[in-house]
Amino acid sequence: MSRNTLPPKERTKIPRQAMPEQEAELRRHNFAEVNQGLTVLGATTEALRCLECAKPACVAGCPVGVKIRDFVELISAGDYLGAASKIREDNVLPAITGRVCPQETQCEGCCILGKKFEPLGVGYLERFVADYEREHGMVGLPEIAPPTGKRVAIIGSGPAGLSAAGDLVRWGHAVTVFEALHEIGGVLMYGIPEFRLPKEIVRQEVNTLGQMGVEFQTNVVVGKTVTIDELMTEDGYDAVLVATGAGLPKFMDLPGEHLSGVYSANEFLTRVNLMHANDFPNFDEPVFDCRGQDIAVIGGGNTAMDAVRTAARLGARTSTLIYRRTEAEMPARVEEVRHAKQEGIDLLTLANPVAFLGDDEGRLTAVRCIRMELGEPDDSGRRSPVPIAGSEFELPVAMAVVALGTGANPLVQSSTPDMATNRKGYIAADPETLRTSKPGVFAAGDIVTGGATVILAMAAGRTAAASIRAYLDTGRWNEESPSPA
Amino acid sequence: MFPILEAEFLAPEIKRFVIEAPRVARKRKAGQFVIVRLHERGERIPLTIADGDADRGTITLIVQGVGKTTRLMNLLEAGDSVLDLVGPLGEPSDVRTYGTVVVIGGGVGTAIAWPTARAMKEAGNRVVAIVGARTKELVLLEPELQAIADELEIVTDDGSYGRKGVVVDPLCERIMRGSRIDLVLAIGPVRMMQAVAEMTRPSGIRTIVSLNSLMVDGTGMCGGCRVATKDGTRFACVDGPEFDAHIVDFDVLARRNRTYSACEAQSLKAFQANPKAALDAVRHSCRLDQSHRDESMAEVASR
Ligand SMILES: Cc1cc2nc3c(=O)[nH]c(=O)nc-3n(C[C@H](O)[C@H](O)[C@H](O)COP(=O)(O)OP(=O)(O)OC[C@H]3O[C@@H](n4cnc5c(N)ncnc54)[C@H](O)[C@@H]3O)c2cc1C
Ligand SMILES: Cc1cc2nc3c(=O)[nH]c(=O)nc-3n(C[C@H](O)[C@H](O)[C@H](O)COP(=O)(O)OP(=O)(O)OC[C@H]3O[C@@H](n4cnc5c(N)ncnc54)[C@H](O)[C@@H]3O)c2cc1C
Ligand code: FES
Repeated sequence: MSRNTLPPKERTKIPRQAMPEQEAELRRHNFAEVNQGLTVLGATTEALRCLECAKPACVAGCPVGVKIRDFVELISAGDYLGAASKIREDNVLPAITGRVCPQETQCEGCCILGKKFEPLGVGYLERFVADYEREHGMVGLPEIAPPTGKRVAIIGSGPAGLSAAGDLVRWGHAVTVFEALHEIGGVLMYGIPEFRLPKEIVRQEVNTLGQMGVEFQTNVVVGKTVTIDELMTEDGYDAVLVATGAGLPKFMDLPGEHLSGVYSANEFLTRVNLMHANDFPNFDEPVFDCRGQDIAVIGGGNTAMDAVRTAARLGARTSTLIYRRTEAEMPARVEEVRHAKQEGIDLLTLANPVAFLGDDEGRLTAVRCIRMELGEPDDSGRRSPVPIAGSEFELPVAMAVVALGTGANPLVQSSTPDMATNRKGYIAADPETLRTSKPGVFAAGDIVTGGATVILAMAAGRTAAASIRAYLDTGRWNEESPSPA
Repeated sequence: MFPILEAEFLAPEIKRFVIEAPRVARKRKAGQFVIVRLHERGERIPLTIADGDADRGTITLIVQGVGKTTRLMNLLEAGDSVLDLVGPLGEPSDVRTYGTVVVIGGGVGTAIAWPTARAMKEAGNRVVAIVGARTKELVLLEPELQAIADELEIVTDDGSYGRKGVVVDPLCERIMRGSRIDLVLAIGPVRMMQAVAEMTRPSGIRTIVSLNSLMVDGTGMCGGCRVATKDGTRFACVDGPEFDAHIVDFDVLARRNRTYSACEAQSLKAFQANPKAALDAVRHSCRLDQSHRDESMAEVASR
């Protein structure tokens, strides 16, 4: 029963509650979170805007089907912890997805309010209840089924691996997560910066999983330290989930790419996020000293946005994003682009690098670019950028970050030859069950789809967990295995 | 956490560690390396696995103190621990029966070349070892090499031991004399490896070098270790660390390795001002890790 007594017409009159933000001038000098989170009043007011549709389109728009209408209703009734446990039924990492999901194209993009007014701030509300729960006492650990005696190895501790671990351990399976790096969390830890996703939040979520009984082993590179076959035959794991992400950086093969000062986004962000190079010399890992320098980042996605805003925070004099289409085509989240512009990031659109130029010492001094114009739509449906002959120009910079996406890291695949991969090296998995061609082995997340989103990786992790459970319960491996696409 | 079982100086500033790392010990092959992080605020540095004992579950690392992290590591003793250690990484050496293999080690490169030299001998090759060092007391692994090499030649810059000169001299002589050489393996400073590559290039002697590029993750994720080769960009951590010397652009490698020289100098200076504080940081990190472990063990036991 709804406890929201406002008539629908009144609800639509309430303006969408704004997210309190750290001042742009202030935040471009620190790594503290940009969004400060709704207040109790703000969240309750926002919740009251919900039309409580009989067939909520927002739920259909959520890749994991979070019961949005129900949790929002609990907020409007003041039951924030109830709302948190309602979300947790479908989403084990709400404090994370509430911060990094592209809500504008998912839940909020489907919100009926959005047709005439501003859509409901689902992401803000999700974040609010997750934070409220963290600050006001957890709802307690979910119930754990009695041990089944079955053991599952999960390779990779990103959102796909973590969400699968959460489900499997609840069903009574013994779960070990193997991680190559020294910290758990995948891209959440080494890729997405502190100012969008505080690492403390990731650690807390990981701790909860640890308390539920998930075992974490860092410093294990599967394919090198141990192979999948050894995990299954020698260590006795009954099933394996590969959730290794898509972490192989792409370069452009341009002249000068080896100059000092040219980074992949992975290296630049890893040095800062995982190794805390922003706090050098308190931490030992260095990174390019951006202070007072002009820097550029190439790309238009979330990764590029994160890299350019990180460089600004490291003290760059100017930070420019070079993108070959226009702002309208940028794949990054709208909010991130807005935040970046507020922070003084320059957008250099319709331009593409053709070479990196350096000095005698091998240090980068400039990026040579060419101007672009938009031509006919390409396969992606976006108008394709076409270079304008003779329009080359030089942008003087001391550091450049290449953020053009990532590919499949082959370490696990090459050490598991009987597991099929597709043309691009991603693991071939049955879309329904996420079974691979190797019995007992499943795969989920970016290593199957290529770089996608946190919530899609989590959804895939849960799908895989469900089929792993079915496999462990029945002991049957459906004969039909996926063929390489 | 990875306990150090043995630690002893082989030469001034060059220390040998035996570290408990059972999984790595079981899997490692000649030519592979590990990445080590000493403490919570530490950087990740690559170190070659010089030896190992699968039964005992240990690996051996030989570390030359050059900057902050390696000098700090060389303060550690048996009973201390390393916070993180991951591996074995990289492709193993391509050990086959080539015929006569000349192994050239410069400085700590000798330690890096040692496991491959031994594997080459075991594979039935005639092994000629040429070892170079600045001065007598820096000559590494002489008895070990003596035991496996068919010929051992030692060269010091100052002539205090062996012959005076650089490691390329004996190689040059052999090539001039027309001695049979089927493979050269050269490991040491970039400029030394470059000189060897130039020496063997005209006669087309197959030459392998192990590249010491800067690394972060060691798994192909960051691209920081990239090397320029005639065949395009390669990642030293996953495609290497060994490469055909005749396709590598050593100038690019040398320049890339200087990327952080200012930061490195700053780190080293701060470290030298107070090495004890840095050592305490390592011991503190490792204790934290231990107590955290004890806690979770207790928790598991009480469930
Ligand atoms: C900078 C950046 C910003 C992003 N921003 C957003 C955003 O705002 N919103 C959003 O929804 N998505 C965003 N994404 C995408 C999102 O982070 C990924 O889609 C998601 O993390 C994929 O999850 P995953 O679990 O498949 O893999 P990952 O998160 O990549 O985790 C894989 C883990 O496996 C480990 N691993 C790999 N190989 C091995 C091995 N052989 N042995 C052991 N461990 C191994 C890796 O070290 C890593 O920790 C961003 C990505 C990046 C890089
Ligand atoms: C695959 C691989 C295997 C290695 N094996 C060994 C080994 O078995 N024993 C050993 O002592 N060293 C080894 N090294 C070198 C070792 O990793 C570096 O000496 C170490 O990272 C330096 O760290 P630092 O903080 O002490 O010095 P820094 O302060 O980082 O550097 C000090 C000086 O050392 C140089 N330097 C920095 N990084 C490297 C590097 N990766 N290689 C060479 N010089 C560097 C710098 O240019 C600088 O002049 C290996 C390197 C690689 C890539
Ligand atoms: S060290 Fe990061 S890719 Fe090689």
